[in-house]
Amino acid sequence: MSIWVRTGSPWVWLSAGMVSLNLVMVFGLLLLIAVRGLGHFWPAAVQSIELSDRDASVSTLLGNIVDEEKVSAARVRDRGGYVPDGVEIISRYLIKSGNRDIFGADFVWVNETDVRSRSTPRDAVVLERNEWGNFYGFLINVKQNGKVVANGDRAWNVLQKRIARKTELEAQIHRIEKKEIGKINYFMESIRLDEKRLLLDGNNDRLPFENLARDRAALETRYEKFNVELSDLYAQVRRDTITVKTVADQVFELPIAALVRAFRPNDMSFGEKVVHYGAKVWEFVSEEPREANTEGGVFPAIFGTVLLVILMSVFVTPFGVIAAIYLREYAHQGMLTRIIRIAVNNLAGVPSIVYGVFGLGFFVYFMGGSIDQLFFPEALPAPTFGTPGILWSSLTLAILTVPVVIVSTEEGLTRIPRAIREGSLALGATKAETLWRTVLPMATPAMMTGLILSIARAAGEVAPLMMVGVVKLAPSLPLDGNFPFLHVDRKFMHLGFHIYDVGFQSPNVEAARPLVYGTALLLVILIVTLNIAAIRIRNRLREKYNAADA
Amino acid sequence: MPKALSDAVRRGQTRHRSWRMLKNSAFGWTMAVGGIGVIVTIVMIFFYLFYVVVPMFSAAKIEQVAKYQLPLDGKELVHLSLDEYTEIGFAVTSEGYYYFFDAYTGSPIAEGYISGSEKRKLLASASGDSSEGSIFLAVDGNHWIVVRPHYALSYPNDKRHITPSLTYPLGRTPISLGFGDDESVALITGNSGVEETTIVAATSGGAMVLTHVLVEASLLGDEKTLETTHVRLPRIDYAVAFLSVDIDQRELYAVSTDGQISYFDIQDKNDPRLLDLVNATAHGGSVTSIAFLSGGISVLVGDSTGQIQQWFPVRDENNNYSLELIRGFQVFDSAIINLVPEYYRKGFLATDSNGYVGLFHTTAGRVLLLKRIGAEKLSAIAISPRADGMLSVGDGGMITMSRVQNAHPEVSWQSLWGKVWYESRSGPEYIWQSSSANSDFEPKFSLTPLTFGTVKASFYAMLFAIPLAIFGAVYTAYFMTPKMRAFVKPSVEVMAALPTVILGFLAGLWLAPLIESYLAGVFLAFILVPLSFLLVSFLLERVPQKVRGLVADGWEAAILVPVVCVAIWISLALSHTIDATFFDGNLPLWLFNQWGISYDQRNSLVVGMAIGFAVIPTIFSISEDAVFGVPRHLTFGSLALGATPWQTVIGVVILTASPGIFSAVMIGLGRAVGETMIVLMATGNTPIMDLNIFEGFRALSANIAVEMPESEVNSTHFRVLFLAALVLFLVTFAVNTVAEIVRQRLRVKYSNM
Repeated sequence: MSIWVRTGSPWVWLSAGMVSLNLVMVFGLLLLIAVRGLGHFWPAAVQSIELSDRDASVSTLLGNIVDEEKVSAARVRDRGGYVPDGVEIISRYLIKSGNRDIFGADFVWVNETDVRSRSTPRDAVVLERNEWGNFYGFLINVKQNGKVVANGDRAWNVLQKRIARKTELEAQIHRIEKKEIGKINYFMESIRLDEKRLLLDGNNDRLPFENLARDRAALETRYEKFNVELSDLYAQVRRDTITVKTVADQVFELPIAALVRAFRPNDMSFGEKVVHYGAKVWEFVSEEPREANTEGGVFPAIFGTVLLVILMSVFVTPFGVIAAIYLREYAHQGMLTRIIRIAVNNLAGVPSIVYGVFGLGFFVYFMGGSIDQLFFPEALPAPTFGTPGILWSSLTLAILTVPVVIVSTEEGLTRIPRAIREGSLALGATKAETLWRTVLPMATPAMMTGLILSIARAAGEVAPLMMVGVVKLAPSLPLDGNFPFLHVDRKFMHLGFHIYDVGFQSPNVEAARPLVYGTALLLVILIVTLNIAAIRIRNRLREKYNAADA
Repeated sequence: MPKALSDAVRRGQTRHRSWRMLKNSAFGWTMAVGGIGVIVTIVMIFFYLFYVVVPMFSAAKIEQVAKYQLPLDGKELVHLSLDEYTEIGFAVTSEGYYYFFDAYTGSPIAEGYISGSEKRKLLASASGDSSEGSIFLAVDGNHWIVVRPHYALSYPNDKRHITPSLTYPLGRTPISLGFGDDESVALITGNSGVEETTIVAATSGGAMVLTHVLVEASLLGDEKTLETTHVRLPRIDYAVAFLSVDIDQRELYAVSTDGQISYFDIQDKNDPRLLDLVNATAHGGSVTSIAFLSGGISVLVGDSTGQIQQWFPVRDENNNYSLELIRGFQVFDSAIINLVPEYYRKGFLATDSNGYVGLFHTTAGRVLLLKRIGAEKLSAIAISPRADGMLSVGDGGMITMSRVQNAHPEVSWQSLWGKVWYESRSGPEYIWQSSSANSDFEPKFSLTPLTFGTVKASFYAMLFAIPLAIFGAVYTAYFMTPKMRAFVKPSVEVMAALPTVILGFLAGLWLAPLIESYLAGVFLAFILVPLSFLLVSFLLERVPQKVRGLVADGWEAAILVPVVCVAIWISLALSHTIDATFFDGNLPLWLFNQWGISYDQRNSLVVGMAIGFAVIPTIFSISEDAVFGVPRHLTFGSLALGATPWQTVIGVVILTASPGIFSAVMIGLGRAVGETMIVLMATGNTPIMDLNIFEGFRALSANIAVEMPESEVNSTHFRVLFLAALVLFLVTFAVNTVAEIVRQRLRVKYSNM
């Protein structure tokens, strides 16, 4: 024993254990996100659960079991729950029973001790709806204009066809509303602003006003035309309804217009489940969110994140590289340069929230406010640039990440062997030519590493964005078909903020949670990929110059 | 080659060369301008934050803009005020004559006798709370009347035009004060709200009557009836010199010149009660002026020695109120003549008999300005509702209009970092409470609880991270096989890149509930997991050499991965049994019942683990580099002298690498201090100061994130949040700089070894 202690072996094993613990934490965390994020989209079996309460009354629940845990009976009792005497630890299930419009809540905890029987009825239907979350129950019939068109088993196939028809119609409606009417609104707004600008300029000529009025009248006619088309489409969508009943035999009539998708998970083959899963995942990455971001997809958030990062790269790359070249190649390598180098290095450690505060005060209020005064007086008091937006967000992130690019590029420049530089100069090239033709091309991998690392950092930052432009629900994307196509003054959605907002500000956290895991998974994949790419590039770069040195 | 041609070639070459030179210098200039530009921009962050913060600490300014005479004919002014836009002045003389006049020129806009006061002798007068603007006049026959200036706004030709007029909220007929014919009113005070009005009047003999008027609108709403009641107050045995009723008409103060303050509760208008009696002139002198601070909670008392005291009622444990002296200002040398509160802030103006004017703020305990306006004493003074203008009247009726610049009186070193006794609190405290629904709220800008939260978060985070990161780093750098190290280092670096919003989300929504229900298991794991490492080591020592040989040196960490998983699993599986056996099945509740320790689901333990997780990679990576860089000949020397590997680690490796490890910890600390999303999501964000690991807190960074988007641009709140950001910036910058300098020195040291 004492020998064992004296060899120091326990200490070695203890420190080895710390490494193992770190590894378990990292991979456990990634696994947790992956399992929860991906599992949500699988069509889980719908169970019919018969419960008997403490007064022996029997009730039935229909839904998915989404979570299971063991809990000490005392805690359940402390919260007023019932557990039979003599039981100390019980299992309980979290059941998603949907039907929020009927029950008020769509999740219920059920104690194992209350469960009398469980079954998986083959004809249990899950209806994904535009509002109120999922409906769990059974289909009775399908109606058209109030008349029953299909009953019993046939009703299911008819329902699927009707939903397909409705989806088709809604796509048309969406096209008209977003594209056509959106465009009209955009032009209307610019006419209003043109008019105001003319007034502000003190224009007394009547001609431009008449021109604008004519344009407006033309737009209004177009609008009327689309409006008629729209109301016709809406009437068509509203044609069909279905009759459904809950597991407690309450009967309801639902318009098909309110449905997104209908499926019977207990009746699906494995292949069908895979197809369903694929469709759900695709919906998640390509659709807009529904129901206060707790259902549907996260496409606008993905789009916002990517666009933000691209804009940021456009700002950060040239400036970061120029600053690095200046510091390494042109500046006098004295005390001042050393201090600046340390300062730049340390700025990477300054909390991101500080950059957010700076961005809000300097970019949004000071610069944005001045731009509005100078160039957009017609829109005032409504601010154009004097309000958080994607331009200010990308600039703030650019300032936040510029130290990363500078440090990485400088490192790349230092690693280039002197011989290469001197050879170029000896052949009569100027300093600029040496840099441009030989040094910089060799340093591109270093710049790429810096850029990738800064993108990875920027994509995960949320705190500063909360101040300078991110919103929970943006009405329109910052990129669209209306001139000038890229609207840098608009607010945007972001994956990271989406996680914060849906997870913590949402009225129905339980329903939103799986989606948050999904979003987190997307973000993790994006960032881990970028980081691994940066690490790879860095290693390749090192090998290359080690070879050049030799 | 013909000469002409070679000349042309040479010319071409020269041109080409000068073009190249031009390009060269243009490139150089571009780099210099761009590079310096970027560096200046980065440095500007600091200066910009500073630039926003500085105005908070600048002194106030009073600047005379106009001087003119009002035709007062030697009459004394009993009331002076300014309108919301600091354009129109309003004055009432002791004869009941009123003037509305242009505040900048003095030209009259409207004037006349207050109806009911003409041809009657004015017995006393008083002004109600400035935000309501009522003026009470006691007239002959012990009657009273209330008037209020009204400023009607109109916008002819898009320009603001204000038309002042006098209104009579309770009608033009004087109302009785409830005294007998043999008594004569000498003093009056009151306040008038939308529905009720309370007036207290006193005779020179010391009798006091409270008159309460309730306005009841008839069903149709066009007729109003007044319901008036009179109540005699308990007699006090000194001559009352000053009376004051607060804006909510719940408290009455009756003060004598020798400093006796009687504090009455008049909430029940039929049963006024004397709650406390104190003496405000224990240091000598006599009371010369009193006034309520805005909000009607604190009363200010000025005396003949030039001291100004702030008093307010404080509630003790038994719900009894007593009047307490909160703070005093001693800056004047002579008697205080006027005390004029600001309308919406806890600041006030004071003048003394030598003609000095002082600007004060009570919460901040700050004297913002002390200035002499004219040589003579000022008989009346008024501040505008937005506290941006001031009217003062000299002895001869000469009026001076001044502009006041006093944007941020609430902030002082004391109010930011020290304990402050806020209104309605039982003692001095550190509180952060930046906003509230009502306008007379006293903002509480103490950064101490927020800084405390930040320190608490960093402390628990470092407690969790340091052993994991540093032991791990030493092992990875010194014992681990290169093969495994090539896998471990990038894995930990990926860990560094995980967005903190994801960590915060997991901490708040997954870890916090998990820890709450498996609390016993989590603590068990803290013991069981390290024990399991020792157990494995011990068992391997016991088994025959043949089996031990299977465990290659440097792969210990890989073997321990399943051990960790099993140990954690066992701890959590045992959790409920431990709970049920020892802690009545509910450890958090048991903690509260047994030890009085309250448990929040989102607490410091959760945050510590989450932030710890976020800073582990930083500390790990840097200290691993430092340990790995320790020259091999040092360790070989130690081993050759017979030290065990672990003795070498302790005696040589860690000692040599300690500056690097120190700088790793500093950089990790810098990260923990500024962490925002995790503290935002995984704590309750309540600004409390409590060391309890099971309670939450509010950190500086999270506070900025929560409040910044809603704060009004350039308000004091906005600037205080900038100050919080500046503090974070400076702290992290300093910590990182120290770490960087230590690291650079270490690099030099290694290269010399």
